Amino acid sequence: MSEFAEIMVGLLQGFGNTCLLFAITLVFALPLGLIIAFGAMSKFKPLKFLTKIFVWIIRGTPLMLQILLVSFLPKYLFQSTVKEWALALNFTINQMSFVFVAIAFIINYAAYFSEIYRSGIESISKGQYEAGKVLGMTKIQIFFKIVLLQVIKHILPPMSNETITLVKDTVLAFTLSVVDLLTAAKEAVNNFVTLSPLIYAGIFFLVFNGLLSVLFNYIEKKLSFYKE
Amino acid sequence: MAYLSIENFYKSFGKTEVLKGINLSMQKGEVVSIIGSSGSGKTTLLRCINFLESPDNGVMTLDGELLFDSNAEKKDGEKALRNKRLNFGLVFQSFNLFPQYNVFKNITLAPTLLLKDKIKAYKKELKAQNLSGKEIKLALAKFKEENKQAIDNDALSLLEKIGLTDKKNSYPCELSGGQCQRVAIARALALKPKILCFDEPTSALDPELTGEVLKVIRSLKDEDRTMIIVTHEMGFAKNVSDKIVFMADGVIEEEGSPKQVFDNPKSEKLKIFLHGVTNKDGE
Repeated sequence: MSEFAEIMVGLLQGFGNTCLLFAITLVFALPLGLIIAFGAMSKFKPLKFLTKIFVWIIRGTPLMLQILLVSFLPKYLFQSTVKEWALALNFTINQMSFVFVAIAFIINYAAYFSEIYRSGIESISKGQYEAGKVLGMTKIQIFFKIVLLQVIKHILPPMSNETITLVKDTVLAFTLSVVDLLTAAKEAVNNFVTLSPLIYAGIFFLVFNGLLSVLFNYIEKKLSFYKE
Repeated sequence: MAYLSIENFYKSFGKTEVLKGINLSMQKGEVVSIIGSSGSGKTTLLRCINFLESPDNGVMTLDGELLFDSNAEKKDGEKALRNKRLNFGLVFQSFNLFPQYNVFKNITLAPTLLLKDKIKAYKKELKAQNLSGKEIKLALAKFKEENKQAIDNDALSLLEKIGLTDKKNSYPCELSGGQCQRVAIARALALKPKILCFDEPTSALDPELTGEVLKVIRSLKDEDRTMIIVTHEMGFAKNVSDKIVFMADGVIEEEGSPKQVFDNPKSEKLKIFLHGVTNKDGE
């Protein structure tokens, strides 16, 4: 195998982990963020207060620190080691580490998403809700038939930002020795004594985020059939 | 007996008392206009009538049915409230059309959603009749189709009435303010409310666009619709109303026929108000 091919195989393996972490984070953080947003908008004061504190802590501390804390939870909460957990769940140590990283990512991004959702929901004028009410709609109908699409349209630009940041944040997975794209590139730099893997990794990121931008632009265009 | 009767409505927001004992009654087919300066409580009264606000005190009956009683032992649930709201239609100052739906869908959305409830009820009814699954399916499909057709036909004739048949597929952002407000009127009418309420329907419009909206409201008057109109258009109110109600500081200061109120005002406050309004017109 040529040197280039060997480098590529390594990078693609890392890229696989990056994509997996990206996808898992989105799948769980998007709905979880909505639940947190409803908590932050709740009329029940204690719940509202707790959610706000939660969001404050998560947004106010580094993601890397959160990843480390999550990985120590088994030890401090259950007096067991990551190894024991991995055994119990029939995971390899690497897979277990990946799960911890993913949990931290999901919690972190859910907090950010919740703030985007909240601002989007609160940006809908009171008049839209009232129009729905006087037309005899239920709260659920008002949310799904009137408010939701308008919220999606409003939050698309910040969501696009956050999603692109997520792609780049995945490099923090190395904190628990999960081999992501950048870690794979660094290993290749050491093994082959060349800087080119870093350039290749950069191109991977650029293309990935480029595709995401195209996707978000497409959705934005799809929703531009109306203005407010 | 009066068609709509409101007794002793009180409403405060925090320490601000906005309604201080409103008594109002109207007959079926009457048009009542509520005038008065900003902050007099006109809009709050209208919102209380439409169950967007809950009065702190008071009783409201419509067509012999008790709709609201502040002394009632238990509060209305969401479903009861929804049903009561449907007695009234409300046209907002800022239209509040749904921007993501075209004109036709804006009008048909609410009736279509209500149809779902009706279909559920009808299904129960059919099941109680011991019909076979196939028969129920067929009957339901027919029921759905007929009702859907009726909703669409209603919407089309409403569009014709407001003169916007050619805008059927336009989105609100493509319409002028006057056209938006006409659609909002059609949207409210689509649910066949017993009383149609207007909250300053022309206040957000450019002066040259008010005419088309007022024309539609006037055409509704010719159909003997029962309407309550909160408005600053004095000429229009005088022209279209059977009764004028002048509100000031949360009470009804004076009420009567347009002739009485405009040509022969009794209270000092009304005289000052009318003087201010006519002077502004004269500018």
